[in-house]
Amino acid sequence: MMLLFYLAAVVAVIATVCVIVQTNIVHALIYLILSLLAVAVIFYTLGAPLAAMLEAIVYAGAIMVLFLFVIMMLNLGQNTREQERAWLAGRGWILPALLAAVLLAQLLYVLSGVEGMSAPEQVGVMAVGARLFGPYVLAVELASILLLAGLISAYHLARKPGAEDE
Amino acid sequence: MMGAIPVEHGLILAGILFSLGLIGVLTRRNIVFVLMSLEVMLNACGLAFIVAGSRWEQADGQIMFVLILTLAAAEVAVGLGLIIQMYRRFQTVDINVLSELKG
Repeated sequence: MMLLFYLAAVVAVIATVCVIVQTNIVHALIYLILSLLAVAVIFYTLGAPLAAMLEAIVYAGAIMVLFLFVIMMLNLGQNTREQERAWLAGRGWILPALLAAVLLAQLLYVLSGVEGMSAPEQVGVMAVGARLFGPYVLAVELASILLLAGLISAYHLARKPGAEDE
Repeated sequence: MMGAIPVEHGLILAGILFSLGLIGVLTRRNIVFVLMSLEVMLNACGLAFIVAGSRWEQADGQIMFVLILTLAAAEVAVGLGLIIQMYRRFQTVDINVLSELKG
């Protein structure tokens, strides 16, 4: 588990550095997804399986897809076909593939269930859920109101100007 | 059973990720990159909460992470809506263009 933690930490830091030095926006987004997945592995090694799953599903899944849609809507990358070909020919894919391969190796290592590598002290889904809907129920309600406000304001902000009349 | 991960190392990692996100916010001029760096910073905060929660084996760290996740989702939705509106009005994603207040 120690080894998994440090490997994932190195992957996360390298991927994050790549995010802030990239000039190509889609590349940066892929590196960001990689960084978030590495942090999900770190959550698992720290004994927080629910947080790891949420990180992979909500952060790396939903929020990053939102980013991708907006980048597509803004159409920041023109002439994509030629660019794509140039990227595949270049060496740009080696580093992200390598970092993702490290994460895959960690995943396989955990799934193979090597003896002597017992799971960390886990705070399971049950404990989190019980507290979430026990003492923290007000915070959950506030979070739902926040999400509703975010939904409405995002809809309002992203509307085309001049569509108010309808 | 290997030893537990020292809490300092987790916090150091969270600090490194937070600083990287801060550097991104301060140096990049493309607003989409700024928003992505903000995500990195929020994520680092969540990591610090998880580290603390696992240190004391309490569920509260994960609960705070869930709340941070909700905050990040709402923030990204509003931020991306603003970016779309900005691109429609100014045809750019450079935040320096927005530095002039006009009536």
